Amino acid sequence: MDTKVGKPRAVVCTIASDAHTWNLMFLQLLLEDHGFAVHNLGSCVPVVEVVDCCLRERPHLLVLSTVNGHGLIEAPGFIQAVRNRTELRSLPVVVGGKLNVDGAVPDDDVRNLLRLGFDAVFASAAAAEEFPRFLAHVGQAAAAN
Amino acid sequence: MTELGFFGGRVARHDGLVTQTRMGFSDPWRMLEGLRAVRNAGAGTVGTITLDSFTRTGNLDRAREELLRGTPLNGYPLLAHGAARTRELIGAFDQSRFPIQIRHGSPRPYMIFREMLAAGITATEGGPVSYCLPYSREPLAAAVTEWARSCELLSEYRGPGAPVHLESFSGCMLGQLCPPGLLVALNILEGLFFLEHGLRSISLSYAQQTNHRQDFGAITALRRLARERLAGADWHITIYTFMGVFPESALGARSLIEESARLAASTGSERLIVKTVAEAFRIPTIAENVQALRWATAAAAGAEPDDDDDAAEAVYREAGTLIDAVLDQHANIGQALIGAFRKGLLDVPYCLHPDNANQARTTIDSAGRLQWASTGRMPIATGRAGAEPRVSAADLLTMLDYHRRRFDGSHVQEKGHHHDDDRIAPAGHGSGQLDACR
Repeated sequence: MDTKVGKPRAVVCTIASDAHTWNLMFLQLLLEDHGFAVHNLGSCVPVVEVVDCCLRERPHLLVLSTVNGHGLIEAPGFIQAVRNRTELRSLPVVVGGKLNVDGAVPDDDVRNLLRLGFDAVFASAAAAEEFPRFLAHVGQAAAAN
Repeated sequence: MTELGFFGGRVARHDGLVTQTRMGFSDPWRMLEGLRAVRNAGAGTVGTITLDSFTRTGNLDRAREELLRGTPLNGYPLLAHGAARTRELIGAFDQSRFPIQIRHGSPRPYMIFREMLAAGITATEGGPVSYCLPYSREPLAAAVTEWARSCELLSEYRGPGAPVHLESFSGCMLGQLCPPGLLVALNILEGLFFLEHGLRSISLSYAQQTNHRQDFGAITALRRLARERLAGADWHITIYTFMGVFPESALGARSLIEESARLAASTGSERLIVKTVAEAFRIPTIAENVQALRWATAAAAGAEPDDDDDAAEAVYREAGTLIDAVLDQHANIGQALIGAFRKGLLDVPYCLHPDNANQARTTIDSAGRLQWASTGRMPIATGRAGAEPRVSAADLLTMLDYHRRRFDGSHVQEKGHHHDDDRIAPAGHGSGQLDACR
């Protein structure tokens, strides 16, 4: 991992049941392209390991990516475990991918994820354009701190 | 039943390509309906029950809990439903004609195998490397130990449908961007591991990659190496339709499925596992799966056998070098695999597992062939000079989206015919949607 001073840090992870990793590899490279130093936790990460990693590394961004269709089942428990730690209350946390087995994610489910503590949900066709814009914003905010 | 067992026997006896889906539903009625539809789709089909991700990762409680809530899972929760209920479900099928394979993706499959046998199913798949490195965080040494006792459980089974059939999933690994020499080597090594633990009815696998000629050569090399190195086994070869980012257009998806069927047929492969037109978007329906089986069967029937061995030679040599380097590590195959990965003698490109060196890198050349950009510490050469520049996110997407670009691009007249179109600017590649296989 690049630990150069001043570089914003990001942690990339997935949910405990999800074995897919090309999405994680892509996000790592995308974050690196945007100037982040990335810790990629790989497939099937239990949420306690994600929390431990964040407490240790104090990243500027936590990215949860999942494509196995279980996102809507596991993301609520994930964000609650993260937000239960006082130190991680203000950590920007985003989720994206294929979040259910049907394809389209209902607006109510997106609103619920936001209510539970995610800062953004990237699950629509426009996500590919929206996420880099979001990254630019987070990168600037990290640099200003 | 012959000594090939239900599954191996079914594949051996069928005159033509046996086709199969990767279907799995949490609702038993839908699972039954899906199996019936596949059985009725044609003479050369076998059944599949793909398990859900909670069961695969050993989270039985969560599978039970979500089942009670009525949440649709991404597969059939075998342990939560249990052997008795599953036995009742598959009682609708005569497995000597329509055998069923359990597909699970687990690095610790012992409980799954025990339940599977109790339910009366005697075919499954995976492997100590192929279901550990790409799909789990389990240490490779633990997966090797678990797979050793799990293979022994299968090989000791003497009930109806014996001997148990086990397919190595190592021709797939991360689904894409793994050069064929490594896929072929891993197949033989997992095959040797299965034999070491008493199995005799096995299959090897190969997933369609990005260049038809290269794939053809790889499968030819795999067959040759299996003949030379897997003496004493009854084996056949299973081809997978491309496992990576799938074309979004129905026509493109169909073309890719048909291409995989022609690949399977022209190489004399015995079995094909299909994808569907829905692959780019979500988990496919029963009807979409059945449609894919029909297309594949029709395309395979029209394919001519091919006997050009030129493309095979390079893969044969590279795979042989890797196999020998691993076997030199230890007399026990499991220990040899652990040692080889520790030293980086085997290195799966882009695989994030902590026990993989992750120094190897792949690139796609102008003809669409997978090539090594870096071989890390493996005892093989890249065949190219100089250091490879860093792969950017856009570069990776361009490679991952190869088939989507090839089949969905704006150059309609070129679709599906060219392998030299990888210089076309990526179109509509941004969604980053991936294979929702399990």
